[in-house]
Amino acid sequence: MELIFFYILAGILVTFSILTVTAPNPIRSAVYLISALLSMAGLFFLLEAEFVGAVQVLVYVGGIMVLFLFVIMLVNVREMETQRRASRHWKTAVVLGVVLSSELIFLVVRGADIFSTEGIGSNLIVEAQTRNTESVGSLLYSTYLLPFEIASILLLVAMVGAVVLTMKEK
Amino acid sequence: MIENLIIYFLIPFIKIGAIVLILSGAIAYLTLLERKLIAHIQVRLGPMRVGWHGLLQPIADGLKFVLKEDIVPSKADALIFTLAPMISLIPAFVVFSVVPFGPPGMFEGLLRGILSRFLESASVERIVSNPIASGGFVTDINIAVLFVLSVSSVGILGVILGGWASNSKYPLLGALRSSAQMVSYEVAMGFAIISVLLYAGSLSLVEIVQQQQAGGWWYFFIQPVAFFLLLVCGMAETNRLPFDLPEAETELVGGFHTEYSGFRFSLFFLAEYANMITVSALAVTLFWGGWLPPFPNVPWLGFLGIIPPVAWFLIKVFLILYLFIWVRGTLPRFRFDQLMNYGWKVFLPIALGHVILYAAILAI
Repeated sequence: MELIFFYILAGILVTFSILTVTAPNPIRSAVYLISALLSMAGLFFLLEAEFVGAVQVLVYVGGIMVLFLFVIMLVNVREMETQRRASRHWKTAVVLGVVLSSELIFLVVRGADIFSTEGIGSNLIVEAQTRNTESVGSLLYSTYLLPFEIASILLLVAMVGAVVLTMKEK
Repeated sequence: MIENLIIYFLIPFIKIGAIVLILSGAIAYLTLLERKLIAHIQVRLGPMRVGWHGLLQPIADGLKFVLKEDIVPSKADALIFTLAPMISLIPAFVVFSVVPFGPPGMFEGLLRGILSRFLESASVERIVSNPIASGGFVTDINIAVLFVLSVSSVGILGVILGGWASNSKYPLLGALRSSAQMVSYEVAMGFAIISVLLYAGSLSLVEIVQQQQAGGWWYFFIQPVAFFLLLVCGMAETNRLPFDLPEAETELVGGFHTEYSGFRFSLFFLAEYANMITVSALAVTLFWGGWLPPFPNVPWLGFLGIIPPVAWFLIKVFLILYLFIWVRGTLPRFRFDQLMNYGWKVFLPIALGHVILYAAILAI
């Protein structure tokens, strides 16, 4: 049962990810990306990480994609459709593509040997006893306190930076 | 096997079907209620022709919507133009899958009565004792509040895409306004809800109501400020007056759905009213004790228990919807800069301060 759902969701995810990159119209691309993100959330739910799944929808679909659409809508889309995309950066794209896909292939083939999975299992058992949201919260504020605070400060800096950049001289 | 099929497929399907039907009917009559109330506030009669005092008006309206010509503007993006109303409507209905209409075990007697004719008693007991089967809700998940917030944030996309796909300037402006408004007020609304979560210590809507029962007080009496914030932000989220700038007729013709007609327009319309009911149901569950009678633990008020829990829930939802319409008939519309100022400079600081204050009180 779980396997069937996994293959359905994974199929949707892969299809829409490919469509996102190949669609000529940027708004269509954004819609495909939204569908891909939603099926990703479905995969999280399948893994019983319901907190992560819900936050995925809330943050990516409800926040980030809304801002994406906001920006794309104000651009003349019809004009972009006729342009050739990424014509100037194709060399970078090839290098990045080769590096990333070789990384991916390496991980699929050798990943199990390199990363030990022993610690993960025992953690999961502890987390399963408390609920999802609580365990994420308590881990963030105990084990991962420093990275969490660093991330918050980075976000604050980005926010202040954006405000300063858009501020007009008076 | 058959028990699991009944618990996880048959009963949820029946509940979902019932909710969709009842909700559609409720939305239809909510429009009539709105027209009647606004009419009486303005010393008019409102719809009077179709049925007694216009009671059949929603059905006539529905028929009209279905029979009208379905127009797609020639330069519109046809696929997204068709999808947008559905993207708007489906999340509005999906949210109700976690709203508790009644207490757990509400359908115990009914289920036992029906199932005992077909199954042996051991399996009947197994089904009845399962909260998903016998509770007054479709499902109870431990991230229900997050689920409501995230699913309803998907609904915004329908508005944006619909406005853009029409390929016309007024819908585009309306869509920009409404998405900016919804995103801004969602933040303050989230914080208003967080202060309740701090108190309840749970994200499950059923458990939040049970906590209010255990405490003996609705959260409204503990956190009136958060309730007010949720109500105001809810009005802004659902694009209701005084925050209905996305469809400000005097400036924008009709807002994001200007180019929509017939059945597709009615889908947007349904979504808006469904969202109103969602916000009311959420406010009732979080602050007015869901299915609980007022002051559930005071002994001499025990006679209030003769009204069934679902009726209490519906009465409270009706009261909040009434308040929404009342506000619409009373207040003028904000200007867009005022709206943004209120959202970011008034409501957000109040909501943040409120959360910090209650967190501090709880920590002490």
